[in-house]
Amino acid sequence: MAVPLETLVEEIYKMVVDLQGKKNVRAMSLTKAMIDKYGAGEVNKEDCKHAIRQLIDSGRCVYGYYGGESFITIPRKEEAASG
Amino acid sequence: MGDDTKSNTKLLDELEKGPWPSFVTEMKKAAETNPMAKDLLGQLELSYEERIGHWKHGGIVGVMGYGGGVIGRYSDVPEKFPNVAHFHTLRINHPSGWFYTSEALRKLCDIWERHGSGLTNMHGSTGDIIFLGTKTNELEPVFQELTQAGFDLGGSGSVLRTPSCCVGQARCEWACYDTMATCDSLTRAYQDEIHRPAFPYKFKIKCSGCANDCVAAIARADLSVIGTWKDDIQQDDAAVSEYAAAGLDIQKDVCDHCPTKCMQWDGKKLAINNRECVRCMHCINVMPKALKPGKEKGATLLIGAKAPIMQGALLSSVLIPFVPAAELLDTIKELVSRIWDFWSEYGNNRERVGELIQRIGMPAFLDAIGLDPVPEMVTAPRDNPYIFFQTKEDGQETK
Ligand code: SF4
Ligand code: SF4
Repeated sequence: MAVPLETLVEEIYKMVVDLQGKKNVRAMSLTKAMIDKYGAGEVNKEDCKHAIRQLIDSGRCVYGYYGGESFITIPRKEEAASG
Repeated sequence: MGDDTKSNTKLLDELEKGPWPSFVTEMKKAAETNPMAKDLLGQLELSYEERIGHWKHGGIVGVMGYGGGVIGRYSDVPEKFPNVAHFHTLRINHPSGWFYTSEALRKLCDIWERHGSGLTNMHGSTGDIIFLGTKTNELEPVFQELTQAGFDLGGSGSVLRTPSCCVGQARCEWACYDTMATCDSLTRAYQDEIHRPAFPYKFKIKCSGCANDCVAAIARADLSVIGTWKDDIQQDDAAVSEYAAAGLDIQKDVCDHCPTKCMQWDGKKLAINNRECVRCMHCINVMPKALKPGKEKGATLLIGAKAPIMQGALLSSVLIPFVPAAELLDTIKELVSRIWDFWSEYGNNRERVGELIQRIGMPAFLDAIGLDPVPEMVTAPRDNPYIFFQTKEDGQETK
C-alpha cells in the first residue's frame, strides 16, 4: 500500500480523539474517511482494518457499545453509554 | 436469604404462585449465597413497585481486543443496591446444536459462581449462553477461565452474531445438510467478524436442516440457511396404508393441509405431484414412517429477516433456491462476502440488511451482489400480475 500502516494508525487515532464526546464513530466511517483522504488507489479497506486492529490490540482505542450498535473510542473512565 | 428479603419482595412473590417454574424462586435460591443475586431481587422489586427499569446499558466495558460478547449494565440506584452497581452480561458462544457434556456445564457454572452472580440464561434469543451480572474487574478473569475451558465469547453489537443451528443430522433424520458442521465452520471462519465490530448493525446467520426451521431462521436471521431437496419425496406406499388402517384421515389431515394442494388420496393410493410441492414438510411431519425428504439434498439461502426493533418485523426472502449440500459452505462464504461488502458500504447506521433491501429495492440489491432474479424469489407467483405463465404441451404450467 502507498500509505504506510503507521501513518494510517495515527490518522485514525487522531480522528477518534477528535470525535471523542461528539460522535460515536464506527469502523466503516473511519475507513471511508481514510479512503476519501488518500484516495482508493492509496489505501483500501483491508489496510484500514489492520490499522484499527492495531489500535484496539494495543489498547489505544477500545470498542464501545450502545443500543445494539458498536463504535470505536478511546479508553476513558468507565460509564454507561449515552445515545 | 432470610425471611426479611421474602417480606421485601411482595410483588415478585406473586410470580412464584402457580404450578410452573419461577425465575424468582431460582433467584432467591441464588441469593442465599450470592449478594449480587440478593441485590438483584431488591432492584427488580423496586422496578415493579415504581413501574420503571433501573438499568443503564452500554458503555466501554469489554475484554482486551474484543468488541463483542460483553454488554455493560449499570444500576441507576447503586446506593440502594451496591452489589449490582455493575451488572454486566456476558454472551458465550454456545456449541453447535447446543450439545454439552454434563462436565462442560458444571465447569461453566463453577466459573460463573466464582466470577459473577451465578445466574444464567440458557440460552439467549441468539442462542448464546448468557451469564447475567458481573463487575468490570471480573471480566478479564472470567474470560481467561472460559478460554481455558475451551469456550469463547459470542457476538454483540454491530457484528456477526454467534451463528446457530438446529441439531441437524446429529439427531434428526429430516436434516437435508449437516447444520452443525456448517455452523461450526462459519463460526471458525468469521472470528474477526464476530469479535471486531465493523458492520452497520448486527448480522445473524441461522441454519435449519429442513423447512420445519427449528431455529426460526426465516423469522430472525439476516441470512437463513434452510434445508430442502430437489427431487421427489421418498414415499413408502405400504407405510401410507398402515397409517390409513390405523385411523389417520389422510385426506383431511394430510392432503387438505398441503399448501399447494399437490397431493391426491383415493382411499388406497397417495399421489404427489412433486413439481408443485414447495417442500413445506407438512405431509412428512404427519406421516414420518411413510414419507421422507428426497435424496438430492441441499439448502435454500434466504435474506433479510429481523424482529421488530427499529422497524416492523421482516421475514426472509429467497436469494438462492437450491444449493447442493456439498457446495453449501463455499456458496455461503462467497455470498456473505458480497453482501457484507455492499451493506458495509451503503447501509445506514443501525440498518439491518433486510431494511437496506426495503430501502433500495430487491432488484438493486441483487444487481449489487451479482445475482440474477429467479422465479423462486417471487412469494406468490400465481398472484403476481408481472409473472406470466404459459401452458406447455404436456399440460404443465411453466414460466
Ligand atoms: S429444522 Fe428440520 S432438520 Fe432441523 S431439527 Fe428441526 S425438523 Fe430436524
Ligand atoms: S411437503 Fe408440503 S407442499 Fe410438498 S407435498 Fe407435502 S404438504 Fe404438499
